Amino acid sequence: MMEKNREEWLNRPWQAVLAIPRWLQLSLIIGFVAVLPPLIGNYWTHVLAYVGIYVMLGIGLNVVVGFAGLLDLGYVAFYAIGAYSYAFLASPKFGIHVPFWAMIPACAALAALGGALLGIPVLRMRGDYLAIVTLGFGEIIRILINNLDALTNGPKGLLRIDPPTIGSFQFTTPTHFYYLILAGCLFTVFVTSRLNDSRIGRAWIAMREDQDAAALMGIDILKYKLMAFAIGASFAGVGGIIFAAKMGSIFPDDFSVMVSVNVICLIIIGGLGSIPGVILGAVVLIGIPEVLRAVAMYRMLAFGLLLVLMMIFRPMGILPSARRKLELKKED
Amino acid sequence: MSILFTPQVLIEQIINGLTIGAIYALIALGYTLVYGILLMINFAHGEIFMFGSFAGYVVLSWFFQSGFASHHPVLSIVMAFACGMLASSLLGILVERLAYRPLRKAPRLSPLICAIGVSIFLQNIMMLMVEAKILMYPDVFPEETVAVGPISISYFQILIIAGSILMMAGLYVFVKKSKTGKAMRAVSEDKDTAALMGVNVDRIIGTTFAAGSALAAVAGVMVGMYYGQISHMMGFVPGIKAFTAAVLGGIGNMPGAMLGGYILGIAEALGVLVLPAQYKDVIAFSFLVLILIFRPRGIMGEVVAERA
Repeated sequence: MMEKNREEWLNRPWQAVLAIPRWLQLSLIIGFVAVLPPLIGNYWTHVLAYVGIYVMLGIGLNVVVGFAGLLDLGYVAFYAIGAYSYAFLASPKFGIHVPFWAMIPACAALAALGGALLGIPVLRMRGDYLAIVTLGFGEIIRILINNLDALTNGPKGLLRIDPPTIGSFQFTTPTHFYYLILAGCLFTVFVTSRLNDSRIGRAWIAMREDQDAAALMGIDILKYKLMAFAIGASFAGVGGIIFAAKMGSIFPDDFSVMVSVNVICLIIIGGLGSIPGVILGAVVLIGIPEVLRAVAMYRMLAFGLLLVLMMIFRPMGILPSARRKLELKKED
Repeated sequence: MSILFTPQVLIEQIINGLTIGAIYALIALGYTLVYGILLMINFAHGEIFMFGSFAGYVVLSWFFQSGFASHHPVLSIVMAFACGMLASSLLGILVERLAYRPLRKAPRLSPLICAIGVSIFLQNIMMLMVEAKILMYPDVFPEETVAVGPISISYFQILIIAGSILMMAGLYVFVKKSKTGKAMRAVSEDKDTAALMGVNVDRIIGTTFAAGSALAAVAGVMVGMYYGQISHMMGFVPGIKAFTAAVLGGIGNMPGAMLGGYILGIAEALGVLVLPAQYKDVIAFSFLVLILIFRPRGIMGEVVAERA
């Protein structure tokens, strides 16, 4: 009984919000986010844009971890593939300057290809092995970036990467990138929520809950796992290219294993499988430490503690997906 | 390059590989023990290794400052190992009690994510305690070597290789012969039935964590003495590599973990002859990926049914 009351108390504010029609909710939120930059100034716009990149990464990884239930700890590799592909083809390094917009589908495809190539051998493994192998893969990519000096300039990084342009207009200020990233986020949210509600999404969830039962129902496990892996990777690729374009220069340290861990943390703390949860997670985990520089030292300490506490006390996250909430209740 | 391939260099590299391999094997045993009993990857094991190394450091540097080490060098080294083992065991038991026990019945990914959380937490606690500095381990061993023909081996390498074999043999006998060891095997076979037979399952799981952590601490103190410096980051890469070793040998299988450790250490040491040293870690990780693709149950592992 106590448990039930607590549940209700936790969910009451959300029920009030959920009573508003969905289209109105969405347009209010998007409208609010869209008018922010002039109101909050350059610094905050920059912080929010940074959060936005993590929202994209989080939503992409959420497809892999939350929807399909595959714990991928090497997600940063695909982010790096996107960023470095753009940097190779749009910087003075090789003197090639492919336009940003052409590179977006190219990077998404490349990252998806990387995801599939990694996926084909490893997806047959058990869940926890998969986690460690992907972690190893992420490290291999980082070590390669760090050491293939001829290609990546090693730790010196790739500099003067082209900004995106539309005609003669160039994306330069934080506000420009803010809108670019916002568009990217909206696109990712749209695609993943459509996917989640589709036949593919249902197949993923069936597979996550009971692989054998799903296979018996005629779901091609390997195909759907591979699909989740490739789709998730392609979002990271797009996140990577936007990151490279925004920063103008990239270094191997931008692609450490901590990026993967951060993204995993934010989707777990926000609510596995839930898109609003991912957004909230990104704001809390990436935005707040960015602002509170003074406590930045304690940031990872708090992350670690949060992960443990969440797993023990609220494994569905702060804003759980409706489906997952039901599932977790049943297990009690 | 080819000039490096004299038999002498080859043998010396194999000895270096055995030294590192002994350390991997000690850590790998902790993974295998815990996996055997709880079917979970204790991701924080690398951090427990790191804490053991720091505990040994604290004891050793205290002995050095007080001058005790110059009168009783052997005793101070033994004390450093003992304190490291004690500290790590306590930490292992504490982590199991606080973080893993509540999740024993949870879906499979929850304990793994929880373990990642513990690992991040422990690493950052240590970072705050030492202010992210790299600490210099006190110099206990003189840099002396014995010459066997044209090959020279340092005394410390002999100590690491012999010490690790001794420790592992001790553990093996403990698990195979003692009453507690029998209970450990019973729990890993079937927790509920073991409980019905009067085995205190919680206590046995605690013992398992303590034993694995103590071996990790031995490895930690050895690494500190061998390389001469330690940092709060030192647990991550050896942790992953030792996991690779455990998988290579067949996770859950104790002799397999030891064998896996030595093979991985030698493969790395020989790999450095062919590839630039920066790619050493790539060798280990590629090894892991390849084993899991072609022989996921490892060299000595039993067939484990696929479970999502």
